[in-house]
Amino acid sequence: MGKKKLVVVGAGMASGRALEHLFEAEPGEWDVTLFNGEPRGNYNRIMLSPVLSGEKTYEDIVIHDDAWYAEHDVTCRFGEKVVAIDRDAKTVTGEKGDVAYDKLLIATGSNPFIIPMPGHDLDGVIAYRDLEDTNRMIDEAAKPGAKAVVIGGGLLGLEAAAGLQLRGMDVTVVHLMGHLMERQLDEAAGYLLRKELVGRGINVLVSTNSKQILGEDGKVRALELENGTELPCDLLVMAVGIRPNTALATEAGLACGRGIHVDDAMVTSDPNILSVGECIEHNGAIFGLVAPLYDQAKVVAQTLIGEEAAFAQKELSTKLKVTGCNLFSAGDFAEGEGREDIVFRDPARGQYKRLVIEDNKVIGAVLYGDTADGNWFFGLIKDGTDISEMRETLIFGPAYQGGAAVDPLSAVAALPDDAEICGCNGVCKGTIVKAIGDGATDIPALRATTKASASCGTCTGLVEQLLEVTLGDSYAAPTAQPMCGCCDHTHEDVRRLIKAKGLKSQAAVWQELGWKTVNGCPTCRPAVNYYLLADWPLEYQDDPQSRFVNERRHANIQKDGTFSVVPRMWGGMTTPDELRAIADAADKYNVPTVHVTGGQRIDLLGVKGEDLPNIWADLNAAGMVSGHAYSKGLRTVKTCVGKDHCRFGTQDSTGLGIKLEKKLWGSWTPHKVKLAVSGCPRNCAEATCKDIGVVCVDSGYQIGVAGAAGMDVKETERLADVATEEEAIELATAFMQLYRENAQYLDRPYKWVAKVGLDWVKERVVDDLEERKRLNEAFELSQSVYRKDPWAEHTDKPEEFAPVADLTQIAAE
Amino acid sequence: MSWIDVADLNDIPLPGARVVKTHFGDIGLFRTGEAQVFATSNACTQDGGPLSEGIVHGTRVACPIDNSVFDLETGALLGTGEGHLQTYPVRLDGTRVLLERESVLARGAA
Repeated sequence: MGKKKLVVVGAGMASGRALEHLFEAEPGEWDVTLFNGEPRGNYNRIMLSPVLSGEKTYEDIVIHDDAWYAEHDVTCRFGEKVVAIDRDAKTVTGEKGDVAYDKLLIATGSNPFIIPMPGHDLDGVIAYRDLEDTNRMIDEAAKPGAKAVVIGGGLLGLEAAAGLQLRGMDVTVVHLMGHLMERQLDEAAGYLLRKELVGRGINVLVSTNSKQILGEDGKVRALELENGTELPCDLLVMAVGIRPNTALATEAGLACGRGIHVDDAMVTSDPNILSVGECIEHNGAIFGLVAPLYDQAKVVAQTLIGEEAAFAQKELSTKLKVTGCNLFSAGDFAEGEGREDIVFRDPARGQYKRLVIEDNKVIGAVLYGDTADGNWFFGLIKDGTDISEMRETLIFGPAYQGGAAVDPLSAVAALPDDAEICGCNGVCKGTIVKAIGDGATDIPALRATTKASASCGTCTGLVEQLLEVTLGDSYAAPTAQPMCGCCDHTHEDVRRLIKAKGLKSQAAVWQELGWKTVNGCPTCRPAVNYYLLADWPLEYQDDPQSRFVNERRHANIQKDGTFSVVPRMWGGMTTPDELRAIADAADKYNVPTVHVTGGQRIDLLGVKGEDLPNIWADLNAAGMVSGHAYSKGLRTVKTCVGKDHCRFGTQDSTGLGIKLEKKLWGSWTPHKVKLAVSGCPRNCAEATCKDIGVVCVDSGYQIGVAGAAGMDVKETERLADVATEEEAIELATAFMQLYRENAQYLDRPYKWVAKVGLDWVKERVVDDLEERKRLNEAFELSQSVYRKDPWAEHTDKPEEFAPVADLTQIAAE
Repeated sequence: MSWIDVADLNDIPLPGARVVKTHFGDIGLFRTGEAQVFATSNACTQDGGPLSEGIVHGTRVACPIDNSVFDLETGALLGTGEGHLQTYPVRLDGTRVLLERESVLARGAA
């Protein structure tokens, strides 16, 4: 009996492993012909990254060399493409002739997906798939000053980027999704990875759409993004995914879906044809990681020698080292029904761990930084171990069962010595730590020696933590109230750490400050959203999903679920035309209640949610904008009619009120802010119980701040008396900005001033002219983003306010 | 089970919610993860507040009117007090969000 004839199409890692098993089981019984499109045999494709970065050479990563093929009598037809399969004649046609088979193994692997955007066929646009691509990258990187753009922030893209960067290229990664490697990592781990890569000098753009590739003389010149930005490049690597290569199988009439259909024995719809690797589809799944491919290869060999064998998909874990960053993910770590998270973050060491628990079992895990416990967690996932007994300490891994607790001080410990702790007096961590070492071992002593926390006092919590970190157990800190159960920091500490550590995203805050929940809670998330937008007006984008309903809907929700709509009336002034438009809108949208507010404007109550964009559009058309009657921001500037009409009036109080309102509207603040301007000390506008109140007198303007007329009633305190309108506006603006920069979320100005002291405020807003100027400039910068009508931005998206589906229109079956 | 297509995943903010109108009141579709959506009755059991307008955090939502917090998966009111939201089976097909047909149509026909 002659040898059995096996033809293999594709010399990749899967078919290579299948051959190894086959030759081991039945040595000398098979006559194998091996086709490969690449002009070489089986090499370790996973190791192309070290080849790119220069740590290895191609020779190092060869799996089967010429000697191996010769030893096993494999007829190698490398560099020769297979043109057709004749299933009736049982022959395979290569470019250089036919070969007959008893069994055929298709292992055509996958093709890189090239986005068919304009310019994708330019020279210099490549995938990252094989040795040719790798060599091309190495050549391009050798040119001085060369720039590369990598589209795709998955594993392959990042390895390409890291390799190119190591070879000296200026590299930018462009990723469509909101965080890197979103299939393997959650947002928090994605944030850490990005931070690491950026730290190494790789530019990373996420949530970024590419528009087209620009060329010059047929060669790539730049990538144009959807926002019009051009990223110049000499090389563009597309690493956006792979697709099973089914062309040959489809041509031969084999059943294919996304991949070549195979059964558990790895047999295709033709009993004499098997398939293995990235080209197959098994039970609806396709495969990209090497572990299942090797499992398949084993089954292929068993099927070929006539043994019963079945490939079963297993729980998978991915342990990766992307450019030196340790990552681990396993199981299903999407948030899901009945699932809970256990999250551990160690900001000092840049570590993140998250376990997903369902029915007292670990079903998924994501680790960043320290992946040592990955296999242990993976074991728990595979075995379905009941973890209820060790739940409390589970996240610390096998070594810590019953052990250490999270250290709330790690965020402070991780600060560099030059991080500013006390903003008032410009005292940094190093100075404080040194003073502690020199014997200042409590807050009063530190205040005396360094001035840290000696002014507004909001950094006291941080200074206390420094004492704790430096002195250890010998310092007993007074307990401060943390923001909420999600973290161990007070509001003041979070504000200060956001500034000191330059945290510019929610993900950054959660990670660097050791949040214990995935994305905060209704207490901390709105506060953190405010702190970020107040500190980084240009860099941070307001997140509506972190706002309470009124600020998300730009209207006040009423107890029956309807909303109220209040258009702005600048300084309490209106016109017959505006009133007519308001009346028309009230009629058109069946507004049941029209009310005149205490802030001198008109409230339309009982508007249905889905009508909001339409009523806004009508009011916009009449020249009116949102009154922000719902916001933690500027509400109204109440005025009296002033000297134009009133015989007691000393100044143009309405005019000043309108100017103040036009300057301050749209800005977000820690809590609502109400102003008033009265034309004389009779104070008809009730300016002396406002957050900022101006009382006009013959000699100018008396500016009071920190009044209240709510749960507490309190008269304003005098900030200053000034002679001109300009100065009045400047002081009001500076006060507003100081409040925006320093107050705790949901503290009205009177509460905040009570904490920091009016003298501290005066020093900055009144006495220090440079600081007053800075505050005004910072406010204006923020207003360049926020001084706009939120209603106008939503009138063209009415569908967002409507139900996403209406099933009352569909009859039940 | 037969399913009815009600929304695209991308129409639901993350984390956030949208409403589906039915014969027996609104259903809230809550998106808590890239590809994770829960469906529950939309009215807070304590004061009737529209939960789809609340802040979605983890797999929970806080009522926008009285801050009652519900577990979206079980429908249970967390903390003190009694209350349970009706929950509905949801399935994702690619980016499409589907509700189980019987559960969202049957009562309207009756």
